[in-house]
Amino acid sequence: MFLLLKYTLLYTVVLMLVALGGMFSERSGIINIALEGIMVIGGLMGVLAIQLMPEGASALSIVICSISAAAVAGMLYAALLAFASINLNADQTIGGTALNMLATALAMVIAKGFNGSASAKLDYSNRAFVYEFGPLTVNVFLFVGIAILVLSYVVLYKTRLGLRLRACGEHPQAADSVGVNVYKMRYIGVLISGALGGIGGMAYIIPSVSSWNFEVGVSGAGFLALAVMIFGQWKPFRIFFAAIFFALFKSLANIAGVIPAMATLGWTQNMYNMIPFIASMIILAFTSKKSQAPKAEGVPYDKGSR
Amino acid sequence: MDNKQGKQSLISRLASSEAFLSVAASLICIVIGLLLGTVVLAIINAEHAIGDGLMVIIKSGFKSPRNMGTVLANAAPLIMTGLSVGFAFKTGLFNIGAAGQYTLGAFGALYCAIVLQLPWYLCLLAAMLLGALWGAIPGIFKAYLNINEVITAIMFNWIGLYLVNDIMYGKGQSPMYDLATTKTFSLRKVAKGSMIPSCGMSDMFGKLQSVTIAIFIAIFFAIIVYIVLSKTTFGYELKACGFNKHAAQYAGINDKRNIILSMTIAGALAGVGAGLYYLSTVAEWNPQVSTALPALGFNGISAALLACSNPIGTVFSSLFISYITVGGTKLSTQYYTKEIADVITALIIYLCAFSMLFRNRIRAMLTGKNRRVNVGKGGND
Repeated sequence: MFLLLKYTLLYTVVLMLVALGGMFSERSGIINIALEGIMVIGGLMGVLAIQLMPEGASALSIVICSISAAAVAGMLYAALLAFASINLNADQTIGGTALNMLATALAMVIAKGFNGSASAKLDYSNRAFVYEFGPLTVNVFLFVGIAILVLSYVVLYKTRLGLRLRACGEHPQAADSVGVNVYKMRYIGVLISGALGGIGGMAYIIPSVSSWNFEVGVSGAGFLALAVMIFGQWKPFRIFFAAIFFALFKSLANIAGVIPAMATLGWTQNMYNMIPFIASMIILAFTSKKSQAPKAEGVPYDKGSR
Repeated sequence: MDNKQGKQSLISRLASSEAFLSVAASLICIVIGLLLGTVVLAIINAEHAIGDGLMVIIKSGFKSPRNMGTVLANAAPLIMTGLSVGFAFKTGLFNIGAAGQYTLGAFGALYCAIVLQLPWYLCLLAAMLLGALWGAIPGIFKAYLNINEVITAIMFNWIGLYLVNDIMYGKGQSPMYDLATTKTFSLRKVAKGSMIPSCGMSDMFGKLQSVTIAIFIAIFFAIIVYIVLSKTTFGYELKACGFNKHAAQYAGINDKRNIILSMTIAGALAGVGAGLYYLSTVAEWNPQVSTALPALGFNGISAALLACSNPIGTVFSSLFISYITVGGTKLSTQYYTKEIADVITALIIYLCAFSMLFRNRIRAMLTGKNRRVNVGKGGND
């Protein structure tokens, strides 16, 4: 039971962080399909930062430095998407797909280069990130995640920035006509998604294991987060609940073999893995008529268009 | 004077030729991609970047018949997934689901081969049908529920992967799963009759068994797709829906039917790709890997983008991608890793997102001052 709780918490935080990132980007009008790639790059840089920290560094400084490294790396990588889709009006899904492909390849090259061997597996210590509360292990990303969830809600709905950001995703021409800089807002949206995606990538890799093989990237977690975002209808707290739902099934998949009661059910790991995807398709099918997707997402902003 | 006029008209003809602009833009993407790749090589190990890095990637493919065979064997399925993505692009849809359709196709081909022991063309047909089925789903969701095909396709990619792995592994007891190799049974051992015939191809390429007539099948499909898209009413209707759904509707074209048909055909093409790959025994399927979708599905996106979705161009772009990927595997592991080739391909695709920009530049360069005329007039790859 504790195992289930542990994994569910872990995945909830990851999926929520990344989905919130996607939300900021899409609310500003840019489809961010590159979340998967951003997670890989963020995770890689986070891991490298831990390794490069000096020997006697305190746990707190390791946590702060490595998470910042992941966030900055994610932002820089997302800037590539922003540049292509905002400045050059490139197709957003194509740019994002290219970045996903680039991320895995780049991560393997960097990881192998760092190792100086043919293995893309990096070892690291995650002691600074994990706390034990009795039988329950909690990692630092849980607190980061809750803070970011609240912050996201406040920023999106209670600040001027949030209002402007949302306006750019719904009707950029209208926003522009009242003096909002659409390009700037979209950059902000994509960069926030980069930072959250980067942290999310790290949260996926670090807490549960102490070595990661970058050959697998983040094994589709970014795409799962995309589903969480849609499932959550582009709203922070709904995304939180959607993340819990998805995380629960992903955790069940992980522990299906360990728990005797579940083993007798005879369901394989693959079946549990499939459920969140099928569920989100069913939900999508029923809610598509009143979908709350940002209206202008995916459309390059053209000042002159009518 | 005459000569100059002739040159002038040639330039303006080139500037208005879409085909020329596309090829030129793609060539620019490739050149910049290779240059950036060289920078990456230099960052890792500056001393060997050119001789042991770039040159190996560029030259290895032609170095031996065996290498050439590997290029061809990997290009055939890539052409198919490239056609799949390109076909959907032409009809206004983004088929990111090629990887899932490919996965289902692989299952169809391998099931018919290993379990049913059918001849290769029936296996290929099964691959095609299952791929078509997996392609039709996003089409149906798009046509009747107006859900973006990208989202549906991504979801069904993973559903397909888990489903296929579950069946092929079958808790280790599936008739398709070879406990000894932890992959599906090798067709070379258990289903020789289901292998795509080589017709002397493998002898030509250093006795590499995986070189078969698959490459010709792929080229054949490329020609068919080209004819359907540019020479038939059916293709015209599909493209019309892609350009402007409402205008097409107004002109009496059944847009719902066409969206579904486009995705179904795209899926079928991707499914055949998987068939060509596994029935040529290039590799076996590993049903234990549930963390990554088959890369060939996603590389199809690269092939299509580089070719600006042109079916014939896809043949060349696939050969090129396959070529530098093989080049990457020949890099000396002492200095570099083979993923450098993937980095270069991905960089090229990222640049392809800007190809509109390149095209306009080229056009401006040709029609405007026309200072330099000899912009890459080379062949197709």
